[in-house]
Amino acid sequence: MKPEPQPNDDGTGLPGLRSWPNVYLFVLAVFALWIGLLIVLTRAFS
Amino acid sequence: MNALDYVVLLVTILGIAAYGTWRTRGRHTFSTYLKGAGDTRWFVIGLSVMATQASAVTFLSTPGQGFQGGLGFVQFYFGMPIALIIIAAVFLPIYRRLNVITAYEYLGQRFDGKTRLLGAAVFLVQRALGAGLTIYAPAIVLSKVMGWSLSATILCSGIVVVVYTATGGSDAVNVTQKYQISIIFAAMIAAFIILLKNLPDGLTFSDTLSIAGGMHKLEAVNFSTNPGMRYTFWSGTIAATFHMLAYFGTDQSQVQRYISGASLRESRLGLMFNAVFKIPMQFFILSLGVLLFVVYQFEKPPVYFDQVAWQERAAHSQGGTLREIETKFSTAHSEEEHQLQAWVKARHTGDSTAESTARSAAALAHDRVEAVRKEARLAVDPHDKRNDTDYIFITFIMDHFPHGMIGLLVAAFFAAALSAKSAELNSLGSATTVDIYRHIIRPNASDAQYLAASRGFTIFWGVVSIAFALCLSFADNLVQAVNIVGAIFYPVMLSLFVVGFFLRKIGGTAVFWGGLTAQTLVLALYFTVPDQRLSYLWYNVIGCIVCVLVSAVIQLASGPQSRVAVT
Repeated sequence: MKPEPQPNDDGTGLPGLRSWPNVYLFVLAVFALWIGLLIVLTRAFS
Repeated sequence: MNALDYVVLLVTILGIAAYGTWRTRGRHTFSTYLKGAGDTRWFVIGLSVMATQASAVTFLSTPGQGFQGGLGFVQFYFGMPIALIIIAAVFLPIYRRLNVITAYEYLGQRFDGKTRLLGAAVFLVQRALGAGLTIYAPAIVLSKVMGWSLSATILCSGIVVVVYTATGGSDAVNVTQKYQISIIFAAMIAAFIILLKNLPDGLTFSDTLSIAGGMHKLEAVNFSTNPGMRYTFWSGTIAATFHMLAYFGTDQSQVQRYISGASLRESRLGLMFNAVFKIPMQFFILSLGVLLFVVYQFEKPPVYFDQVAWQERAAHSQGGTLREIETKFSTAHSEEEHQLQAWVKARHTGDSTAESTARSAAALAHDRVEAVRKEARLAVDPHDKRNDTDYIFITFIMDHFPHGMIGLLVAAFFAAALSAKSAELNSLGSATTVDIYRHIIRPNASDAQYLAASRGFTIFWGVVSIAFALCLSFADNLVQAVNIVGAIFYPVMLSLFVVGFFLRKIGGTAVFWGGLTAQTLVLALYFTVPDQRLSYLWYNVIGCIVCVLVSAVIQLASGPQSRVAVT
């Protein structure tokens, strides 16, 4: 008898971001984007 | 507020509390009470983490901060994505592997009983103080503006949250927070729309941004290296990362929210949800304040937003002086409005020279308005320690919102207070039960006894925090008080975990004394170095580094530890 398959805790379940390091890189990229936009806002209206 | 507002307020707040109690009925084992049923999905975890951090002070004060200081406060959240990634990658897998209920259980397994007790004790002290402030801060503002009794406001909101938190435990906190944060978002979006509608006719969105920028309200990023400047790019990305690591990684009120996830994946995604959306959320709330600032350039606001305090002063000996200040303010504000109209007109004609001249004149007129506002603050408090920024947003709501919407906004403030408070009480009850009662007082009791103890401790901390809130009298520095409580205690909490996770050769005794040394140093810094020279955010970095260094030196001096490190 085959053992019951366990849910894969390491999987992210996110299309295009299949590993956690990729998810973290994506979050850092979004963070960098926010900062970039805030810098543009600061420079544009100061 | 009229009857409709009260109906909206009561139905919203009591409805959510009753739903939370009903939804979690029958989940009465010790483990599910403290950790939930283990079926919480990432979206609920994400909202719960967000709601725990966003107390009523956030929604009352942050628009006021945007009005007064512009967007700069958003830099405080720059450390959050970095900290949450470290927690998701390092802290969380260890918590889940060891199946801990509280973060301080990890300290006991990694080091020893005394280090676990040190971590738990520091958490209990700072969070108990914080829980009192969480309920007191909105109550002082709302009771003043609405004309309610302060004690009745504290007692009513306190009792509601104690009842559903003690009844339903961790699940009740998660379930209710989901709806509370939805009410908060709905109310903030409604506030944004109403603010836009209150901009004067003929003022375009581009004009609005130019006026806010011209008055320095859109300076979101500041690269100054002055350590006394509280919110800069550097304090945000370096010092605030330590602060956020301490808060999200070691404060049980947050740890309890995400270790209840159905799996490691759900918990991680809940954290990443916050890492992505927290900065835009804070930006949005600060933007409300900036919009409010522009609206109040074309419509005369009160010279001092805490009108109750102002009228109290006026009724006593200072009536004449205050009337004089009000007259000066009216003149200065009319002059500023006139200059701004000229600036907008010049912008629309495309005459850059006229625009530049009008802009400089408007900036000078604004400086005169600010000078009168400072005079007003000094008239209320000669030491200039009272701050009326907490009253700015609520003043606008009461004056401009339609009935029904006022009830919704006030419900949002209460929802924020209750969501943060319930998470605090839940975590205080858990840490007292697991790290003190079960660990020291009754190690071999039954699950039913631990469950009863958890409920009892939750009620106990609820009563303590309500009593603390009722006794508080330092109403003038609410946000500072909340921040300072965290800044004093977080460094030592974080450093115990940093040593535990990253420095395997350091043992319990070394880190215990390292932690105590760091705590003493942070207290000494707080009492001896003024905030203008060293912002409180840097305590986290200094405390953490000192603890690591002292622990390493003690460990080197005493030889290798005999105990095998659990990681």
